[in-house]
Amino acid sequence: MPASARPLSPHISIYKWQIQMVTSILHRATGIALAVGLLLVAWGLIALAAGPEAFGEHIAFCRTGIGTFLLVGWTWSLAFHFLNGVRHLWQDLGIGYAPATFVRAGWVVLVGSFVLTALVWACVIAQRGGA
Amino acid sequence: MKIARGLGSAKSGAHHFMVQRITAVALAALGLWVVWIALEMVRMDYAAAHALIAKPWNAVLMIAFAIAAFWHTQLGLQVIIEDYVHARGLELTLQIAVKFVCFLGAAASVLAVVRIALGS
Repeated sequence: MPASARPLSPHISIYKWQIQMVTSILHRATGIALAVGLLLVAWGLIALAAGPEAFGEHIAFCRTGIGTFLLVGWTWSLAFHFLNGVRHLWQDLGIGYAPATFVRAGWVVLVGSFVLTALVWACVIAQRGGA
Repeated sequence: MKIARGLGSAKSGAHHFMVQRITAVALAALGLWVVWIALEMVRMDYAAAHALIAKPWNAVLMIAFAIAAFWHTQLGLQVIIEDYVHARGLELTLQIAVKFVCFLGAAASVLAVVRIALGS
C-alpha cells in the first residue's frame, strides 16, 4: 500500500451491506474454493486411472467427516458460482441492470445456491440408500 | 503522445475477458454434466465407475471439462492475485505457480481420462 496522503475511496467497512457486495465477494471466494475442489476432481480421475486401490483411497477420503464437509462446501460453492456466473453472463448481454431486477437476481442466486446444494445431497443420500 | 506511447493497449486485453466467458459458458453446461456423472458414480463400484468414464462420449466431455475448468480457474485466480497482491515479487511467483499447477492439473486429468478410455 502506498503511504501517500492521497484520498482513498471508502472501503467495505464503511458501506451498509447489500446483496450486490455479497454476491461479488462470494463469487471470488467460491472461485478460490472451487480451484482447490478441482484438484480433488483431478485426483479422483488419476486414482480411477491408477486402479481399484488408489480409487478406494480417494473414496475413503471423501467419506471421512472432513471429506464430506469439504464436498458439501464445494457443492454449495459450485452451485453459487454456477448461478451467479449465469447471472453475470446474462448481464454481459446488457440485461437485468434495473436496480430492482439486480437486487432480486442477487437474492435468487443466493437462495437458489442453497436449494441446489440440498437437492444434490438429497440425491446422494437417496443413491446411497439412506446411509 | 510520448507519455502514452508504450502504455497503451497491448491489443490482447480483450482476449482474457473473452476466454473467461467462453470457458464460463462451456462450464455452465459441463459443470451440470459432471455433477450428474458424480451422482451416478455414488452408487457404483470401481469397475462400473471406470466403465462409465471409459465410454467415448463421457471421456470426451470429461476431457473438455478438465481443460475448460483449469483454464477458467487460472484466469479467475489471475485477476484475484492482480487485485489483492501488491508485492511485485510475490505476485509474479503466485501467478507463475497458479499457471504451472493449472497446466499440470489439466495435463494429468487428460492423461488419466485417456488411460481410462483406452483401458491401460
